[in-house]
Amino acid sequence: MLTINNIEVVYDRVILVLKGVSIDVREGAITTLLGGNGAGKTTTLKAISGVLHSERGQVTKGTIHIGDRRIDGMRAHDVTRLGLAQVFEGRRVFEHLTTEENLTAGGHVQKDGSAVRQSIDLVYSYFPRLKERRHQHSGYLSGGEQQMLAIGRALMSRPRVVLLDEPSLGLAPMLVEEIFGIVDRLVRQEKLSVLLVEQNATMALAVADHGYVMENGRIVLEGPADKLRDNSDIKEFYLGLNEGGGRKSYRDTKHYKRRKRWLS
Amino acid sequence: MSEDMEFTFALILNGASIGLMYSLIALGFVLVYKATDAINFAQGEFVMLAGLIVAMLISFESVPLAIAVVVVLAVMIGFGFGLERVVLRPLLGRPVVAVIMATIGLAAVLRGLGPVIFGSETRALSLPIGDEPVVIGPASLPPIQVLGAVVAIVFFLAFSWFFKKSRMGVAMRAVADNQQVAQAMGINVERYFALAWAMAGIVSAMGGIVWGSMLGVDVHLALVGLKVFPVVILGGLDSIGGALVGGLIVGIVESLAAGYLDPYVGGGTKDFAPYVLMILVLMIRPYGIFGKRKIERV
Ligand SMILES: Nc1ncnc2c1ncn2[C@@H]1O[C@H](COP(=O)(O)OP(=O)(O)O)[C@@H](O)[C@H]1O
Ligand SMILES: [Mg+2]
Repeated sequence: MLTINNIEVVYDRVILVLKGVSIDVREGAITTLLGGNGAGKTTTLKAISGVLHSERGQVTKGTIHIGDRRIDGMRAHDVTRLGLAQVFEGRRVFEHLTTEENLTAGGHVQKDGSAVRQSIDLVYSYFPRLKERRHQHSGYLSGGEQQMLAIGRALMSRPRVVLLDEPSLGLAPMLVEEIFGIVDRLVRQEKLSVLLVEQNATMALAVADHGYVMENGRIVLEGPADKLRDNSDIKEFYLGLNEGGGRKSYRDTKHYKRRKRWLS
Repeated sequence: MSEDMEFTFALILNGASIGLMYSLIALGFVLVYKATDAINFAQGEFVMLAGLIVAMLISFESVPLAIAVVVVLAVMIGFGFGLERVVLRPLLGRPVVAVIMATIGLAAVLRGLGPVIFGSETRALSLPIGDEPVVIGPASLPPIQVLGAVVAIVFFLAFSWFFKKSRMGVAMRAVADNQQVAQAMGINVERYFALAWAMAGIVSAMGGIVWGSMLGVDVHLALVGLKVFPVVILGGLDSIGGALVGGLIVGIVESLAAGYLDPYVGGGTKDFAPYVLMILVLMIRPYGIFGKRKIERV
C-alpha cells in the first residue's frame, strides 16, 4: 500500500538524517516503526506526508509510493488528497478551534458539507468522548482527548493510509490501551493501513502485524510483530527486560547490527 | 437629560461612529496578521490607493458610482492576490522582519506612486447620501459617518459568519493556528495566505470609499492607517471582535479627549490620547483585550 524504498533525507541541505530507509506498509494492517529519541522516526513520517518541505528538509534519494503513485517531492496538501493522513507527534490540535471545528478543518478535502457531516458522525461513533466535547476549545481538552481528536481529525479526509506518531506519548497506560484498541478496530472496520511510530514497544507490538526498528537513521531490525516480541534485543532495550529482569542502558544497543542478519 | 449628559452622549456617539470606521480598516490588518503572521504596515496606503481609484473613476462623468465600487473591489482583490504572489510568497519562512520591511517599502512606494499616477490634487469623493445630518437624540451625525458605521458593522457580521460557519473560514483559522498541520489536512496554505490579502483588499476598498468621502482623497488619506495600531494593539492583533471593540474605544476616547481636554490645552489631544491608552493597556494586558494567548494547560 505504502512503499518507502531506500530514502535519504537531508535537512538544510547538509544534515543527513535518514540514510537509506525502506519500509513496506501493508494494506489493512498495522506496521510499527520503533526506535529511540532522535532515531529519525518523525522525519520518516514527514518525508512520507510531504510536510518536510516546510522544515527545509528534502528527500534526496529513493522513492515513496502509495499504491503505484509516486509521492516523494509532492506537496503535503496534494499527498492528503491521495488518501494519506498524518497524526502528529504531540497531537498538535488546532488549539483555538473547537473540537468540531478541528474535525471540519480535517475534512477540508471533502467535496461538500454533507460529506464532512457524515465523517464527523463516523469519528464520533469511534470516539464518543469527542462528541461530548464538541463545542469546547480543543486547547482545553485533556491529553487523551486531544490524542483522540488528532486521530479523529486525520480520519476526516477518509484516508487509506494513516501515519501515527507516538500516540502513547505522555498518556496513562489505561488511556493508551483504550486508544490502541480503537485504532485496531479502525484498521479492521475502515480497512485502514497504519504506520505506527512508537517508543512504547510493548504497546505497539501488541497491536502491530509487522515491525521495524530504527536507529540513527537506519533500519536495524525488521520482522513480524510476534517474532520481534520474542527477540531478546527488543526485550532488553525496548521492553526494558533482560535475562535478570533488570534494565540496561540504551547505549548498549550497538550489537543490533549483527543480529539483524539472523532475523532476516 | 442634563446638558452635560447630552454633550457626553453626543461625543460618545460621534466617537463610536468614527471608531467603527477605524475598525473597518483595522479589520484588513487583522485578517492578514491572523492568517499569515505578517504585519502589514501598508494598510493605510491600501485605503489611500482604493480612494484614489474610486475618486478618479467617478471624476469621469460617464462612470456611475456603482461601477466604480465594483471596479475598485476587483482591483483591490487582484492587488491583494498579486502582492501575496509576487512580494510575500518569496519571503515565506524568512524572519518576520523581512515581511515588515517589505510592507514598509510597499507603503513608501504606494505613497510615492499614488500622486504620480492619479495626480496630486485633493479630489472629492462624493457619495449620493446628501449632507443632512442624521439626528439621534441629542447627537447629530454627518451622514457619511452613519454610512461608514453601517458598512463596518455589515462587514464585521459577514466576516464573523465566514470564520465561524463556513468551511473555508474554519480552514483559514486552522492555517492561522498551525500551518504545518493545516497542510497535512489537505489545506493549500499559500492559497489561504492569498485569500487573506485579498480580503484585506476588500475591506481597504470599502475603507477607501468611506474615508475618502469624509476626508477627500489625496496622499494624506494614508494617514488613517496610523490609527490601525492603537486599535489592533487594544483589541489584539489577531482578533476580529477585538478590532471592532478596539476601534470603538479609540474613536470614543478621541472624541471625549477632543470634547473635554482640548478646550484646556488648546487642541490636539485627540491625536495622541489613543496612544496613551494603548500604552496603558499594553502594560496590563500584553496580548490586547481579546488577543489570542498561548493556551497553557496545567
Ligand atoms: N527540522 C529539522 N532540522 C534539522 N534537523 C532536524 C530537524 N528535525 C529533526 N532533526 C534531526 O533529525 C534527527 C531525527 O529526528 P526525528 O526524526 O525527530 O527523530 P525521532 O522522531 O525518532 O525522535 C535528530 O537528530 C534531529 O535533531
Ligand atoms: Mg519523533
